[in-house]
Amino acid sequence: MESEVKPEELLFAESHEWIHVADVDGEKIGTIGISAHAVEALSDVVYMELPEVGATVAREESFGEVESVKATSDLFSPVDGEVVEVNTSLPDNLEVLNTDPYGAGWVIKVKLTDDQGLAKLLDHGAYESQCS
Amino acid sequence: MSTANTVLKLTPLSHWHEKHGGRMVDFAGWSMPVQYQSVIQEHHQTRKAVGLFDVSHMGRFFFFGTDVASWIDGLMTRRIAGVDAGKIRYSLVTNENGMILDDVLVYHLACHPDDAGAFSPSQESGESFYMVVVNASNREKLVNWFQSHIPEGSDIRLEDRTEETAMIAVQGPRANEIIAKLSSIDPESLAYYAGVVGKVDDQWAILSRTGYTGEDGCELIVDARVAEGLWEKVADQAQAIGGGASGLAARDTLRLEAGMPLYGHELSEEINAASTGLGFAINHKGRKFCGDEAIVKSKEAQKDPVRVGIELVGRRPAREGCPVLVDGARVGTLTSGTLSPTLEKPIAMAYLSPEFSPVGTKVDVDIRGKTHAATVVTLPFYRRPKS
Repeated sequence: MESEVKPEELLFAESHEWIHVADVDGEKIGTIGISAHAVEALSDVVYMELPEVGATVAREESFGEVESVKATSDLFSPVDGEVVEVNTSLPDNLEVLNTDPYGAGWVIKVKLTDDQGLAKLLDHGAYESQCS
Repeated sequence: MSTANTVLKLTPLSHWHEKHGGRMVDFAGWSMPVQYQSVIQEHHQTRKAVGLFDVSHMGRFFFFGTDVASWIDGLMTRRIAGVDAGKIRYSLVTNENGMILDDVLVYHLACHPDDAGAFSPSQESGESFYMVVVNASNREKLVNWFQSHIPEGSDIRLEDRTEETAMIAVQGPRANEIIAKLSSIDPESLAYYAGVVGKVDDQWAILSRTGYTGEDGCELIVDARVAEGLWEKVADQAQAIGGGASGLAARDTLRLEAGMPLYGHELSEEINAASTGLGFAINHKGRKFCGDEAIVKSKEAQKDPVRVGIELVGRRPAREGCPVLVDGARVGTLTSGTLSPTLEKPIAMAYLSPEFSPVGTKVDVDIRGKTHAATVVTLPFYRRPKS
């Protein structure tokens, strides 16, 4: 089970992904997911295309996609890094995106190779006002 | 899609949609509800009970004049002349090259003298009249097309009554029972693809047993001023039996499951009518129409791509524009695709080279650079259970 994280502890990209960065054995590990607002706006998510462990992700570049009934949306990485874990149970349990977007609905974990990108992200309050 | 500088047309129901959580989008220049809540739920309520759709954006042309039937007949792939009053025909409109300008419904309505006051005030009492319903995206093009084909000196006249009327589709296994309660005519008493002028909720309406979802049901054309009141009544009744308003996104998944083409996707001016698999709507027997020879030529040559249904393995929906491959070579392109809410599988329509179009052909669909196994299947994907 993931440790409980509150939205207030997360950073958000304008493209609606969130990231939570923690120090694990001296490495910066970022857990990345999709904001509750984005999940609601997408509605009817039916499929996710996720990267493999070991894949390289780059800031503001697509690392996967989420499909609703009517459209395909890219998932953009908020940071540069390497994928160290993928929530492989997610595509079969897409409802957790709705029920627990900041917990069980996490998408990938990334070992950050550069944390420059973090400074450009929004805190929860700033993100919420972007969405309102 | 930025539409900030465009003033979108509003239907008589736009206010209701906005008030009820409709996500409004630009559809062919109209502000239309793509969905209210969940597309999947709006899809299922239509299959299981009743879905209510605002289709007021579709163009409604009324035709008047002497010999209007034989004139319309010359511009339609389907026979119109001699069709009994009360019947409606699905037809394609093609240009001289057999390319598709639109797909339409041609109504031949027997207008009761009293009814004439409602919808055709300029007409002699007791005469029947013709109406054509066209796609919103093609409305202007078709007004011009029809106008330019009216012979000089003829008394044929086209009135575009789109914006003074509203059109509401009530679709699903329980659609007709709702309308029967409000109407002087039970939709069940009409044959499929029949239409009448009658009263619904005490207001004049053209009531037809038609639709674009693969379900039974009907469509109503009413005066714009009474549309919201009628819609609210039907919506209340629908909600009471597990139905309700459905947006354009659900309309699209429903028509796709039903194997019905959509203009701009399966039909366009790049596509010859012979390619569409809509043979039932093309009738050459003992008649001539605009584009007929080019359609025959395309059919005989058997070289133009063919419209097919495609079912993909897995759950990843494929979309319009995805290439279709056989042994790595491109054999066609998807024109529509989604995850079917009813079948819970990715389904699509495509145009394929004729040699790869037979049902059962194994193909690959390239979704953003990754190939996915798929099979050519029979259309429609979904057929409603016989009641």
